[in-house]
Amino acid sequence: MKLKHDPYNLVVCGVGGQGNILIARMIGRLMVAKGYHVNIGETFGAAQRGGSVYSSLRLSQKREYGPLIPKGMAHMVVGLEPLETLRLLNEYGHQDVVTLTNTKPIQPVGVLAGRNQYPDMEALAKDIKDLSAQSWFVDATGLAVEMGAPIVANIVLMGALLGTEQLPITRQEVEREMAATFPAGKLSLNLDALKAGLAAV
Amino acid sequence: MSQSTFYLGNEAIVRGALEAGVDFAAAYPGTPSSEIIERLAAVADQRNLHVEWSINEKVAVEGAAAAANAGLTAVAAMKNAGMAVALDFLTHLSMTGLGDADGANVVVVCDDPNAHSSGDETDTRWLARFAYAPLMEPTTVPEAREMMAWAFGLSQRHKAWVMLRSCTRLSHASSIVESGELPPLAPKKARAQVEKCLTPYLARPKHQAVLEKLARVKEEFEASPFNGYEGPDSPELLVVAAGSGYMCALEAREILGLADKVGVLKLATLWPFPSALVAKHLATVKKVLVLEEVDPFVESLVSQTIGEAGFSGIEVLGKSGGQVTAFGEMTPERAMEAMGGVFGLSHQPRSAQYQEKLVAAGKNLISRGLTWCPGCPHRASFWALDKAIKATKEEVFVTGDIGCYTLDVFPEGKCQMNLLHAMGSSTGLAGGFGKLAQFGGEQKVISICGDSTFFHSAFPGLLNAVHHQADMIHVILDNGATAMTGFQAHPGTEYDAEGKQAHQVDPVALCQALGAPVVVADPFDLKATTKAFRDLLKAEPGVKVLVLRRVCELVRMKKEKSKPVTLKVDQEKCKGEKCGVCYGSFRCPAFALDSEGGKARIREEACPGCGVCAQICPFGAIVEEEQA
Repeated sequence: MKLKHDPYNLVVCGVGGQGNILIARMIGRLMVAKGYHVNIGETFGAAQRGGSVYSSLRLSQKREYGPLIPKGMAHMVVGLEPLETLRLLNEYGHQDVVTLTNTKPIQPVGVLAGRNQYPDMEALAKDIKDLSAQSWFVDATGLAVEMGAPIVANIVLMGALLGTEQLPITRQEVEREMAATFPAGKLSLNLDALKAGLAAV
Repeated sequence: MSQSTFYLGNEAIVRGALEAGVDFAAAYPGTPSSEIIERLAAVADQRNLHVEWSINEKVAVEGAAAAANAGLTAVAAMKNAGMAVALDFLTHLSMTGLGDADGANVVVVCDDPNAHSSGDETDTRWLARFAYAPLMEPTTVPEAREMMAWAFGLSQRHKAWVMLRSCTRLSHASSIVESGELPPLAPKKARAQVEKCLTPYLARPKHQAVLEKLARVKEEFEASPFNGYEGPDSPELLVVAAGSGYMCALEAREILGLADKVGVLKLATLWPFPSALVAKHLATVKKVLVLEEVDPFVESLVSQTIGEAGFSGIEVLGKSGGQVTAFGEMTPERAMEAMGGVFGLSHQPRSAQYQEKLVAAGKNLISRGLTWCPGCPHRASFWALDKAIKATKEEVFVTGDIGCYTLDVFPEGKCQMNLLHAMGSSTGLAGGFGKLAQFGGEQKVISICGDSTFFHSAFPGLLNAVHHQADMIHVILDNGATAMTGFQAHPGTEYDAEGKQAHQVDPVALCQALGAPVVVADPFDLKATTKAFRDLLKAEPGVKVLVLRRVCELVRMKKEKSKPVTLKVDQEKCKGEKCGVCYGSFRCPAFALDSEGGKARIREEACPGCGVCAQICPFGAIVEEEQA
């Protein structure tokens, strides 16, 4: 399996603390191991204060690309939070982009403080669908909560990403990478999360 | 054996330093530079390094220069704002040089174009030129490793400190890096050079000598393999690209299909400017576009080179001429716009229909603001400050400082700070305002800084104010960490950068030693803290210090992993939207207004159980679980 485009521009976005960097770097390492050129751009100044965060991945067999995806030129947006998927589509989306979104909203502080209203979930999902050539929605947080560990929602979404078959990586490769990088005590939970995500698309 | 590793830009810089045999590293934390010292500290024992978080950037460069003077290999690191703090010493260090002990000294400065995590997007390359320092700027993560390792040799050969500039999009990008060998650990014999006096003041010819030194560095830069040209022999457009501008130039050329018309001259050794190399490439073109991060630094040198070489009819495109936006960061689309403009080409990846859909979806795109974490002591401190200011008849204003508490001026803060400038400026400003009674000034001034900022540079301002008997209240929000940048050590912590036991300096004792009255309060005790503010506002003129001491919640949670109390909202007592004090005014993100019941609710998953909200509810509706 090869990249669907070269360079392939992938965005992984969410809210600080959701673990977007962890899965972005995991994808990066997996692609490096397969001989691809990989560059990941990150902004993480806001990571711990509830702000929007995203990683941009440039994957290529040709050469190294810079960390910034040109505006309107992402091939896929993976969102750990639906409002953030929309935000990044606004920046990087175009008519052929595909999206994978965790459906569980995280309320911005302006909403909690009663100043803004979080958009109606159905309307938000419709926006994302309208702005994607193909879109997948997974309740990754719900599945993680069912497993008793909301923290692994990012790994559930990683499993779902495998299920979308958009990237040239296999379940075995991800599992091997997780075995090599996760603490032994946390591995089985995370492998379960991956499996749950894979089954959800 | 070389190996390839997936490195962050800052990690590649660290790898280069380790391969060059770095011994001594000092820095003050600041995004996007902080990972450099963190990664070096992690291998300090293994590589026999001294790694420290210095109290500020000036002290950091002085420490590193001392090590270089004694024959060691030293690095200092900082963000753009820190370079201004370090500049006085560095300017003089250029004049003296590093001496004859074969030491090496590289200063890494990480700029933040677009000011992602900064108060400004200043371009520090001007400061290297100002300070007569050789300046290099890598264009990619792998090049950052190679150039960093090489920079130490350059420093050693020319007995000069050397500046390596990075930017956010390099420091915080990750890529594959082919590492070189680490040198074997050899025993060192540090010895300060005291045989003759090293100072810039004793010899005016030092200025002449440093200019001659730069001329020798220029010769190396003219032939440096870090610079290079890719493209047709006689391009219709020459792009001179530095820093992130290089990758953006390549991408723009590729997307626009201009490989046979556009040549890209990558420049990575920037000052002294390799003008002969640039002139050679300018000789064959009529149009040149310069792509670089922030200011037209290279662009002005290109224009100067054209003049010096006597070329005529070459058009320089870039920030001065408005072909590239002169603020914000370099992006592939900015490069495409400028390059495409030359050939009448544009690239629009989005269909008109898609654009329309985006506009329609825009109404749902609400912002996600930043705020203090649930359980943050700063929220309580500013709450008490707000209450005290509202209760007094005096006109009170606040000078702020740089740290997590700066979130006060964000939309979800209490917006108490009226003036906010550079690191440590809270006290210097307040000291000035506190001397205005002579001119009819009647307002009361409160300055506020955090513990790390206090040690960094707010202390001299306080000392000055005490000496001049200014009328002011200084507040130190002592949360026991440099929280904003990742909990780095400072003199008030009992550990150092390497995680080892350090001598802890108490800011309370320090302020008492100045002779200022010092009050200490726990911000989680809102009543006592508000009273402390009110009492101090009524106190006799002079400098008063209030230390609000409570450890950063993220530090506490990491250590204790427990909730002190579990709270709930008594739905009977809660007045919901009619009140809104907890979610709408206190704005702890652990609260939400329940859209169905119309009452406040504690979001269990977000609440760390600090219990402060129980003190702010006017109806006593926020109670501990057991009591309910």
